[in-house]
Amino acid sequence: MELGRANLEVFADTVLELACADRDVLVVTSDSRGSGKLTGYGETLPDQLVELGIAEQNVIGFSAGLASAGKKVFAASPACFLTARGLEQIKNDVAYSDQPVRIIGISAGVSYGALGATHHSLHDFAVLRAINNLTIIAPADNFETRETIRAIHNTPHPVYVRLGKAPQRHVHGADSSFTIGKAAVIQDGGDLTFIACGETVPVALAAAEQLALEGIDCRVLSMHTIKPLDEEAVLQAARETRAIITVEEHSVFGGLGEACASVLMQGGASLPFKIVGFPDEYMVTGSQKELFNHYGISPDGLAASARQLLAVEAR
Amino acid sequence: MLTDLELQLKSIEYRATILRIIKQARAGHTGGDLSSIDILNVLYNNVMQVSPATFADPNRDRYVQSKGHCVEALYTVLADQGYFPQEELDTLCQYQSHFVGHPTRSVPGIEQNTGALGHGLAVAGGMALAAKLDGRSYRVFTLLGDGELAEGSNWEASLAASHYRLDNLVVIVDRNRLQISGNTETVAPLEPLHEKFAAFGYAVREVDGNDPAALMDIFNRVPFEAGKPNLVLANTVKGKGVSFMENSVKWHHRVPTDEEYATAMRELDEARAKLTAQASEAGQRRYPVHA
Ligand SMILES: Cc1ncc(C[n+]2csc(CCOP(=O)(O)OP(=O)(O)O)c2C)c(N)n1
Ligand SMILES: [Mg+2]
Repeated sequence: MELGRANLEVFADTVLELACADRDVLVVTSDSRGSGKLTGYGETLPDQLVELGIAEQNVIGFSAGLASAGKKVFAASPACFLTARGLEQIKNDVAYSDQPVRIIGISAGVSYGALGATHHSLHDFAVLRAINNLTIIAPADNFETRETIRAIHNTPHPVYVRLGKAPQRHVHGADSSFTIGKAAVIQDGGDLTFIACGETVPVALAAAEQLALEGIDCRVLSMHTIKPLDEEAVLQAARETRAIITVEEHSVFGGLGEACASVLMQGGASLPFKIVGFPDEYMVTGSQKELFNHYGISPDGLAASARQLLAVEAR
Repeated sequence: MLTDLELQLKSIEYRATILRIIKQARAGHTGGDLSSIDILNVLYNNVMQVSPATFADPNRDRYVQSKGHCVEALYTVLADQGYFPQEELDTLCQYQSHFVGHPTRSVPGIEQNTGALGHGLAVAGGMALAAKLDGRSYRVFTLLGDGELAEGSNWEASLAASHYRLDNLVVIVDRNRLQISGNTETVAPLEPLHEKFAAFGYAVREVDGNDPAALMDIFNRVPFEAGKPNLVLANTVKGKGVSFMENSVKWHHRVPTDEEYATAMRELDEARAKLTAQASEAGQRRYPVHA
């Protein structure tokens, strides 16, 4: 299977392309250009990089001000700091004031692995979903990342994009299309649906490939847009398949899984359903991969969850 | 109490341990560990009234490492102080180890979980205020990076530290002049830093932060001025002690290759040999064997 690049590298390349052609594009950083693979960008376009030092609140505040004057701001800093430290600025200065800042959370989820909980962002979907006027996108692969960054170049409203730092498997083919707010069908199937997002999509796809060998036919959706959620795709999965597993690099509280559960319950759907993510506990130490495996966000773990749900359904 | 020579030898030993565990973990903040290790050495060995036996004592001195990324330095010193067996250092960042890559209270000897910059000063301030409220005489030491000072929370905490006259609070700034993206004065300029801290109400003292004797001298003078929080502006060299790591921005969180590691260890061995030779020479001069 062909591995692509890290999504945040693709972000850096894409924003450089946009900025070369559009002088209003600015990248705002907090001593984060290295982590964001933006060193080359800064060398090529020094006048289109604003460095604010280690000050994430300031990054969001300045970005809101710059956006108000027509600048197309990409505020790029580790997701863990940007969406926790800068939360009130996101809520008031960006979302409430409707300043179209593109908030780029880099090395999101547990990308930082063994660096520990201070460096994990497993809360960002939950807190940001509860804030009005903010689109939330977690692209799965290089294709979705590139399309997302291009699509938000001229956005009139605030957007949060969440990117990881590990090289990603390509889950899209050459003929794929991408629309914000529409789930991408990575693979169709009739037995069970995996609804995944971000760097868990390739893991769900690998689980689906494993289950196919046992004759279990899985649908895999990349739910790259967490908000506004593609409710129809969720309800369709409930109508057309017998069970649903959501998969996310986030707390099981308040993220993609609970968003889907809400749609299903309120839509009158009733089927075996499981939310796979990080449980509410002190996390063990490990790399992203070790943590994924530990908490069942692995091909084996997801395949086991799938078998379990389908057994429940059969009873 | 260690002598100056013993402190200097300890620093070399600590530097070697830091590099070993970073190499083993394949992760770590090499440059900032090496710039701050002399400060940690002096604090834990000669200044702070705290040990594994007294760690639960409400009167113990406290240390909060705000620049949490330099956790390897802290774990190294805590192991040497006997908070846990040395071998446990080798599990740093490994699957299911409790030695997380930033300070965590699941490791004995750690007062506060840190790692997101700009938190330590406020927490240390709260600890120092509690001492005042309870009439206790303990002191609170906190170590900040200079790049870290861009976080506004530091300045908020400084206002309060001055307002509450926390002369039992000792804020140490590891002034190595580098952060991840380059020199602090080009990334997010801080100067005139001494004057800024003074204007916020601190009694400010500058010191060579890689000189144990100078550090001892400064810490012995705490409180610098009654009723004022103490600020030690420790001028340091990032990567101190290994020639090719010194003042080099790329060593912020670089892990040495086998070759770099071998060279670094050789340099540390040479420094140790030189120090002991000087000491025995000086010793002979002072106490001549043949009168
Ligand atoms: C709130 C927050 N933002 C960003 C980071 C990422 N980060 C870790 S170390 C570092 C640079 C720190 O520079 P400095 O404070 O000068 O430390 P030192 O030079 O002593 O290593 C950054 C930006 C962080 N840990 N916390
Ligand atoms: Mg520094």
